[in-house]
Amino acid sequence: MVKIPAFPKSWRQDTKPHKFCPGCGEAELLKMLGFVIDDLGIAPRTVYGCDIGCMLLSWDFFNINTIQTHHGRTVPVMTGVKMASPKTVAIAFAGDGGAYAIGSQHLVNAAVRNDNITVIVANNANYAMTGGQEAPTTIPTQITDTTPLGADKHYLLGPEMVAQIAPPEVYIARGSIARPLEVRKILKRALEHQISCRGFSFVEVLTSCPTNWKTDAQGSLDFLEDLEKYFPTGEISAHGHRD
Amino acid sequence: MSKIKKEFLMGNEIIVQAAVRAGAQVLCGYPITPTTDILHYWLEVVDRNPKIFSRDNSFLQTEDEMAAGFAALGAILMGKVAFTATAGPGNVLMQDAFSMAENLRLPIVAVIGQRGGPSTGTVIYSQQELNLTCFGGNGEGLRIVYSPATLDELYKAVGKAFEVAWKYRFPTFVLTDGYLCKAKGTFSPSPIKRVSGKAYFKPTSVLNLRNCYDQEEELGELVSKNMAEFQKIAPEIAKFEEADFGEADVLVLAHGSVGEVAKLAVSAAQSEGRRVNFWRPITLNPFPQQALEKAALKTEKILVVESSAGQFSKLIKQNLYNFPKPIFEFLKPAVGFDEEEILEKIREVGRG
Repeated sequence: MVKIPAFPKSWRQDTKPHKFCPGCGEAELLKMLGFVIDDLGIAPRTVYGCDIGCMLLSWDFFNINTIQTHHGRTVPVMTGVKMASPKTVAIAFAGDGGAYAIGSQHLVNAAVRNDNITVIVANNANYAMTGGQEAPTTIPTQITDTTPLGADKHYLLGPEMVAQIAPPEVYIARGSIARPLEVRKILKRALEHQISCRGFSFVEVLTSCPTNWKTDAQGSLDFLEDLEKYFPTGEISAHGHRD
Repeated sequence: MSKIKKEFLMGNEIIVQAAVRAGAQVLCGYPITPTTDILHYWLEVVDRNPKIFSRDNSFLQTEDEMAAGFAALGAILMGKVAFTATAGPGNVLMQDAFSMAENLRLPIVAVIGQRGGPSTGTVIYSQQELNLTCFGGNGEGLRIVYSPATLDELYKAVGKAFEVAWKYRFPTFVLTDGYLCKAKGTFSPSPIKRVSGKAYFKPTSVLNLRNCYDQEEELGELVSKNMAEFQKIAPEIAKFEEADFGEADVLVLAHGSVGEVAKLAVSAAQSEGRRVNFWRPITLNPFPQQALEKAALKTEKILVVESSAGQFSKLIKQNLYNFPKPIFEFLKPAVGFDEEEILEKIREVGRG
């Protein structure tokens, strides 16, 4: 078994303990991202952007140049950063709302343009910061504040959508925070993709939200397992072919 | 001293000429009439100067105006001198980015070619984006706004906008209209001060920037500090033009391209022997309030002329609070003016 150190070096120690809820998958995702940034030794030349939503809590998370911007707008900000400074590693971190609803046009067009940036989306199947409303990724029959009788059958598959619209050279993957090392692996591949100038890279991670799911530790893991039935994990080739 | 040779160009091309001379490096934009040509002319400049610019790093046509504003801000964070141009509904969408620029004190320049409104409206005459440009977004209107009257002044205003934006780090606007954007005419390409960008994000340091605050007091203090800095620099930035013929019966107030035609009408009224003065703010924000007060003291009546239903007039009244004399309005929302009708209005107000 791989022994993982307690903290990534790229984390700011003075802002820990972090502000995410206990059991939140986003904090774990950011831990994996921190380790990958350490592994690749890219902290000084990375610019990290986070959306409004729970991820805004990560505005002072890293010892890395960071900008917390508006919902979904992290993607065009990173596009501008990369355009101005091609050697910078530009990471946009958004939620399922920022990436797939209020800022979906930015994701779609960054993917189509094959912008050489990395977009990471935390999919927790609800709008968590505002207290648990329906998201584009809320699964059928899921109860949220705005679907008190259970959500309808429609939900959005982000990586699969990107695979349909992006050129074949993009990197696309989905992971689950139930298996953090897998997330670490795909995040590393995504950033390597950007560093070697191969174009757009996109990672969705299923993250636990015990506060809004109203689950305990086991309940959160069970719900993550349920989510995987709708959102299969793994790497996806552009044009919808799953490896 | 060498004489500056006049050039004959379209307003949108003049804007690009001024931007290039001011040191602009990046344009992010989304096409919308009447400012679309700015994108074309910018690309022409980029393609003509491959040693300085490249299509990949100097120009981005984005998916919408929000992305245009935010991508420009991304480039600015990395030290580029970036700008954008938009109009009407595009100006509405871009407020999202301008609001962030206001909070983070980022020096973006935006050219606004006002469209008739509300909504999609029209594309030539309008002064209905004054409120949105000066005070839009969910903030306190800490923005610098120029309202040029002529092609010559449009050129100077764009140059000045880059200078003050990068000096004081407030979002800066050149508020013009379809008439000036699309008009072709002469202008003097006078020297423009060249600005250079400064990177916020450098590999040698770490900066964590945010727009969201845990404590009300924290944000309150920041806004008050920015407000105080804005007020401190205001006297240095605020500019106006006047035609002061001494004690007057009527003082005509207008801004932008309407200001130019109003000035002609005032001149015609003068030749008829009328006692008429003219005053026009070149900056709408910060507003040259003391200069207006001074001009207003010399008149019996005020006449405000504008292509909106009173956005400029409200600004005047706010800056002449408790002014004891009558203020008349000649308001044509989304419609342009000719000299004769303003002259007739001056006669009417003078008689009344």
